[in-house]
Amino acid sequence: MLAFGQIFSRALRALALLGTVALPALAPGAAQAQQAPANTLDAIRARGALVCGVNTGLAGFAQPDSQGVWRGFDIDYCRSVAAAIFGDASKVRYVPTTAQSRFTALQSGEVDVLFRNTTWTLSRDTSLGLDFPAVNFYDGQGFMVKKSAGVNSALELNGATICVQPGTTTEQNLTDWARANNIRFTPVVIERLEEVVAAYVAGRCDAYTTDASGLAATRSAQPTPADHVILPEVISKEPLGPAVRQGDARFADIVRWSHFAMLVAEELNITAANAAQALASDQRPEALRLLGKTGDLGKMLGLDNAWALNIIKAVGNYGEVFARHLTPIGLQRARSPNAMYTQGGLQYAPPFR
Amino acid sequence: MSTTAIANPIPTPARPAPITLVGPIGWMRANLFAGWVSSLVSLLLLFLIVKWALGFIEWGVINAVWSVPNNQTQACRDLRGTGACWAVITEKHRFILFGTYPYEEQWRAFAAILIFIALFIVSALRRFWRKELLLVWVAALGSIGVLMWGGVLGLAYVPQERWGGLVITLILATFGLAFAFPLAILVALGRRSRLPAIKALCVIYVELIRGVPLISLLFMASVMFPLFLPEGMNIDKLLRAQIAIILFAGAYLAEVVRGGLQALSRGQYEAADALGLSYWKKTGFIVLPQALRLVIPPLVNTFIGFFKDTSLVLIIGIFDLLTAGKTAIIEPAWQGFGIEVYLTVGFIYFCFCFAMSRYSQNLEAELNRHRVR
Repeated sequence: MLAFGQIFSRALRALALLGTVALPALAPGAAQAQQAPANTLDAIRARGALVCGVNTGLAGFAQPDSQGVWRGFDIDYCRSVAAAIFGDASKVRYVPTTAQSRFTALQSGEVDVLFRNTTWTLSRDTSLGLDFPAVNFYDGQGFMVKKSAGVNSALELNGATICVQPGTTTEQNLTDWARANNIRFTPVVIERLEEVVAAYVAGRCDAYTTDASGLAATRSAQPTPADHVILPEVISKEPLGPAVRQGDARFADIVRWSHFAMLVAEELNITAANAAQALASDQRPEALRLLGKTGDLGKMLGLDNAWALNIIKAVGNYGEVFARHLTPIGLQRARSPNAMYTQGGLQYAPPFR
Repeated sequence: MSTTAIANPIPTPARPAPITLVGPIGWMRANLFAGWVSSLVSLLLLFLIVKWALGFIEWGVINAVWSVPNNQTQACRDLRGTGACWAVITEKHRFILFGTYPYEEQWRAFAAILIFIALFIVSALRRFWRKELLLVWVAALGSIGVLMWGGVLGLAYVPQERWGGLVITLILATFGLAFAFPLAILVALGRRSRLPAIKALCVIYVELIRGVPLISLLFMASVMFPLFLPEGMNIDKLLRAQIAIILFAGAYLAEVVRGGLQALSRGQYEAADALGLSYWKKTGFIVLPQALRLVIPPLVNTFIGFFKDTSLVLIIGIFDLLTAGKTAIIEPAWQGFGIEVYLTVGFIYFCFCFAMSRYSQNLEAELNRHRVR
């Protein structure tokens, strides 16, 4: 009875609260007493865990393994923020969110931060009341064709049948791109990933389009990946990154600089393996500041000075996280926007000083 | 007596009917091979059934791969569809059954499933139908809560968002129906009430809920409802979905129960009134026992429907049995083995639904025995 009693006492509390919201004149004190702290960092510290909204399952980014443990690129980012705040990357609670429920979960405070391959767009940044502190993965919509088709460019797809999933912006991007390039195509719209891939493999369509990350994962899951080619054209910009609630700049800073710390660590060649050694012997000024030996960068963020060291020890630098989760699903980092700016990519961190 | 017996010749035992008219052969002659058209159709269907059965055995047993080392699914992929890759079940069965529940603690979720099944069996047996059964339910559901949440008796605390798999399906279905059924009876009675306010309230409730799809209710519960709460105040996602399911099931069951109430002849109500019974006594002793007995088939129909409808919670990110199965095949190594996973998940659903269906048939026969003369 204990458990159910809990449920019911929570339900009753909720009803009581609803009442206080609806009738503030009758119970002004109660409504004020229940105000949550506006400061996300304090709320996280009080709770003892970061609540991270993640995808319900996306290869490479967020998926539970056979033992039910969450793994992936986004998951490591959740862990990095927890490491920065608590010095312990395991203090994270993962809340799976669907495409529809993710923003409500964030707005209502059910999660502190979304690491859920969410594209940064103007409308989301403004009208949804969100902030996008960083871009941790540059994605974009592409095409995959069978090698035997002999197609080398998406512009050769005129008259082709193209498999696409409905609902998201994928279908819209495809139509926009085709109109802009005067290409005529027949869409085959199939809802489920498994089925749309099967249709493409069975030859019901000449090409399959989705985000490049999804294409790579699908290609690597084929019996012979070399039979399939991902065409060079990318027809949309999908900068994926974390989202936080607008109005808490301090917490947004922590999320933003956790990402930058991983980038700077890669620049300085500090990895999870050599972090302890770097702490002892590295004399480069920026490394000293990053690892918290000099300066008060951590204090300025409201964190411990070892925050970045904790991140690096827990998940490694950006390159390591990428190699651990995204390289296995067939994503290339070299010559992609996700390479470091020194290699011609877009991943660039402001200086740590 | 004895003299007549001697006078009569010893009766010869009746000869058995010709073997072509009775037994399996006779049945087949009568039903499968009655004429040349019927024989032709029977042979054709027999051929197809055998062919498909052999094909399934070849795919599912003979050519199947039962396990692979270290997620190396090349052995499965080399089959190219000629055999089942049951290795995906071998590898992922614990995830499908228990979701993201902590691996070392999954025995607790397993124990909860066993308690659920035991609870169903005990409740199904008529000899246990007495007031104590209510206590058994309270104890069972309480111990399931303790097992799943933990935090007491040395069990580690497991937050709700880590629950998943079959347990979620059973929790949603069991709690959903256990609360929806009493609600439905009250609403059905209310809809036939002579008090206009109560009647209007019940009609509005039923029509509103029946007028929208379950998905939109779940969306309301998961997407809209939290926005009305003050910031920082959250009601458990599972509880919100559970309440939506209870309300939805309640409206449908209420209409089923109302059907039973209306099928009862007016004389029964009047006879109870004539005996001077109060409203609740009339309802409890005369009306409901007869009305509910009449509506067993549609009730169970609704139960079975709702057991499967719980899988709709996937759209709000809760890992029920079906969602866990779908999530299991997202990992690139295991992509493409959906058939095996869906067959397994389907089999689990079938076991529960078929058991419900068979049980209701028996119950119906037993409770309506007085009608069979």
